[in-house]
Amino acid sequence: MGDRERGMDFALTEEQHAIRAAVHDLCARFPDVYWRELDRKDEYPEGFVQELTEGGWLGCLIPEEYGGAGLGITEASIILEEINRSGGNAIAAHAQMYVMGTLLRHGSEAQKHRYLPEIARGALRLQAFAVTEPNAGSETTRIETMAVRTGDRYVVNGQKVFISRTQHSDLMLLLVRTTPYDQLSDKTRGLSVFLVELKRAVAAGQIVIQPLDVMLNHQTTQLFIEDLEVPAENLIGEEGMGFRYIIDGWNAERILIASEAIGDGRWFVDRAAAYASERVVFGRPIGANQGVQFPIAQAHARIEAADLMRYKAAWLFESGQRCGAEANMAKLLASQAGWEAANACLDAHGGYGFVREFDVERKFRETRLLMTAPISNNLVLAFLGQNVLGMPKSY
Amino acid sequence: MHVVVCGKVIPDSSVTLEIDPDAKRMRRTDVPHELDPAAASALEEALRLTEQHGGSVTFVTMGIPDASVGIRRALAMGASAAVHLLDDAFAGSDTLGTAKALAAAIRQQPRFDLVVCATESSDSYSGIVPVQVATLLGVPALTFAKQVFVDGETVTIHRQSEEGYAVVTAALPALVTTTSGINEPRYPQLKGIMAARKIEIQQRSAADLSLGPDDVGDSAARERVLSVGAPPSRGAGRLIHDEGDGGREIADFLAQAGVI
Ligand SMILES: Cc1cc2nc3c(=O)[nH]c(=O)nc-3n(C[C@H](O)[C@H](O)[C@H](O)COP(=O)(O)OP(=O)(O)OC[C@H]3O[C@@H](n4cnc5c(N)ncnc54)[C@H](O)[C@@H]3O)c2cc1C
Ligand SMILES: Cc1cc2nc3c(=O)[nH]c(=O)nc-3n(C[C@H](O)[C@H](O)[C@H](O)COP(=O)(O)OP(=O)(O)OC[C@H]3O[C@@H](n4cnc5c(N)ncnc54)[C@H](O)[C@@H]3O)c2cc1C
Repeated sequence: MGDRERGMDFALTEEQHAIRAAVHDLCARFPDVYWRELDRKDEYPEGFVQELTEGGWLGCLIPEEYGGAGLGITEASIILEEINRSGGNAIAAHAQMYVMGTLLRHGSEAQKHRYLPEIARGALRLQAFAVTEPNAGSETTRIETMAVRTGDRYVVNGQKVFISRTQHSDLMLLLVRTTPYDQLSDKTRGLSVFLVELKRAVAAGQIVIQPLDVMLNHQTTQLFIEDLEVPAENLIGEEGMGFRYIIDGWNAERILIASEAIGDGRWFVDRAAAYASERVVFGRPIGANQGVQFPIAQAHARIEAADLMRYKAAWLFESGQRCGAEANMAKLLASQAGWEAANACLDAHGGYGFVREFDVERKFRETRLLMTAPISNNLVLAFLGQNVLGMPKSY
Repeated sequence: MHVVVCGKVIPDSSVTLEIDPDAKRMRRTDVPHELDPAAASALEEALRLTEQHGGSVTFVTMGIPDASVGIRRALAMGASAAVHLLDDAFAGSDTLGTAKALAAAIRQQPRFDLVVCATESSDSYSGIVPVQVATLLGVPALTFAKQVFVDGETVTIHRQSEEGYAVVTAALPALVTTTSGINEPRYPQLKGIMAARKIEIQQRSAADLSLGPDDVGDSAARERVLSVGAPPSRGAGRLIHDEGDGGREIADFLAQAGVI
């Protein structure tokens, strides 16, 4: 390149390489069989999460002044990608990295000093964020769980569904309504975020957790909230601004989810290419047939393309620029590319793809979620169509 | 206790090694590098010793600029300082030249109680450098350690042998070489990676070590590589179909080959 200034630089830094390599080595201690067994028993990967915690990986986004590593979204995304690429599933732990973002951006100094260092050390887990309700999924502003202020505390009643990792979290962020829907002129107001001491609330019988049986090992639950008392000092930011606060966390989340999908995609492509090169049918490796080879090559190309969007979104995010469109496109393209790779991999494996021992069907179930949660791809497309391209709204 | 670990940074295990026919050397440029796994084991042993007895570990390597990846890895694992012998004048060094450079760098340390090397490197594995270093430093060399203990003024190793192991003790300062199975090296934690980036790697040229063209580099090499080539490809194996006497056939084959 000489002295000419470079307009673009796709290279990772030495430190980013080091992070990838170290996470790779960490994951090597948790082989396929570890994840397979947990999946069979529907158990939380406690040992793996413990190892990540002790290594400081889950505190990577917490600023150094609060005891974290103070790294950026790019490094966080590399960590999650590498976990999924290794055959594991970062979803069990990813929320501990980023749910604290709402507290960091909108919490008071007192709240941050009280909780962030403990979260960084892993002494407290804050990895549950309760938004979705039976009557409000994609349409968040329709949530009904209500908090009423009485003196120096709020009393909360309602129900949440699909709230993940609540049985493995000490703290939970809870989005509730503080102003009735019909009293609002701006429907994006009237919601508030609370930091709930979950373990205490469960012990007091104010929150009842009921596990949901879903198609992957995901530890997601239903919450029944009855007269939950939350001290007013646990309100994050201003009352009524909760929806704004969760939107502020979305871009980071989209980028991180995209990297998990990319990690999955690379796992599928690696496995598919290896299997297709080895398995001999009709006297030659099945990978020599274009019907097998091309879908794998195609999936690879799509993952690489999605990866570029992920890094662009991360770069915009870190340089403080608007990145809503790119972060959403990264999530959309990466989850689709991961899913395409999953299908190519399953097809290449023939019947063996369905055999649990090959791990393909497990990863297949796991990666499928990323098209639906934390936000369904339809809503991503709606955002692009309506907010980026200015077309008429469906909502 | 101050421990110096000498280790190489070598082409990543995913790289298919290529030989440059003119230079008669392995191509080391433009390929990803990593800390030699054998060196990682040597470092792990040193870290465990200093964790037990107190002290610090300095990592020393002679290598091309790309070696910095492996040096950072060593720092992230827990070495508290690193010396990179980096100079075109080192290129083409044979084992003795390499050993002279390493010994000179070790001598420049304010003090050292123990030097730990891997018995052999994972890329060239001549297994000669460590004993040369010990000789140049004038310290005893305890080789093939599968266990290392330090007790005050002495170091004791279990020296791997074909029959079992021998217990060997020497006074410090000394040099120890570790076998590959001695431990499972730790991987760096995020805290380690963050701490490593704040440590400055000390670069040393041949001149810094008062070494000239008669000591290091191509001009000083007393070994010459006359030719290099790929190993002969192996012939097809023999398939034995077991129709009741498969075991005997295999035994006969092994007996013929003189293996049993
Ligand atoms: C395993 C799992 C874990 C989860 N973890 C959490 C969690 O920890 N916390 C949490 O709060 N939530 C969690 N969720 C919930 C998740 O965020 C929601 O399921 C998701 O946002 C979709 O909401 P819904 O299921 O109510 O679908 P609905 O809103 O009922 O939508 C159904 C379908 O209709 C489509 N649709 C709706 N409106 C439109 C439109 N205008 N245009 C086009 N298509 C439309 C949607 O895209 C979707 O495909 C989790 C879900 C799952 C499955
Ligand atoms: C293909 C090929 C071409 C070669 N060409 C030449 C040539 O042209 N001229 C020539 O004279 N020699 C040549 N050599 C020899 C080469 O220079 C030696 O291999 C090198 O000096 C070190 O040898 P080694 O890695 O085998 O050391 P080993 O003796 O196997 O190393 C044992 C241990 O010593 C320490 N150590 C060794 N090297 C270093 C280092 N650089 N930095 C830090 N610690 C170290 C490490 O602890 C290592 O694990 C060639 C070798 C090969 C394989």
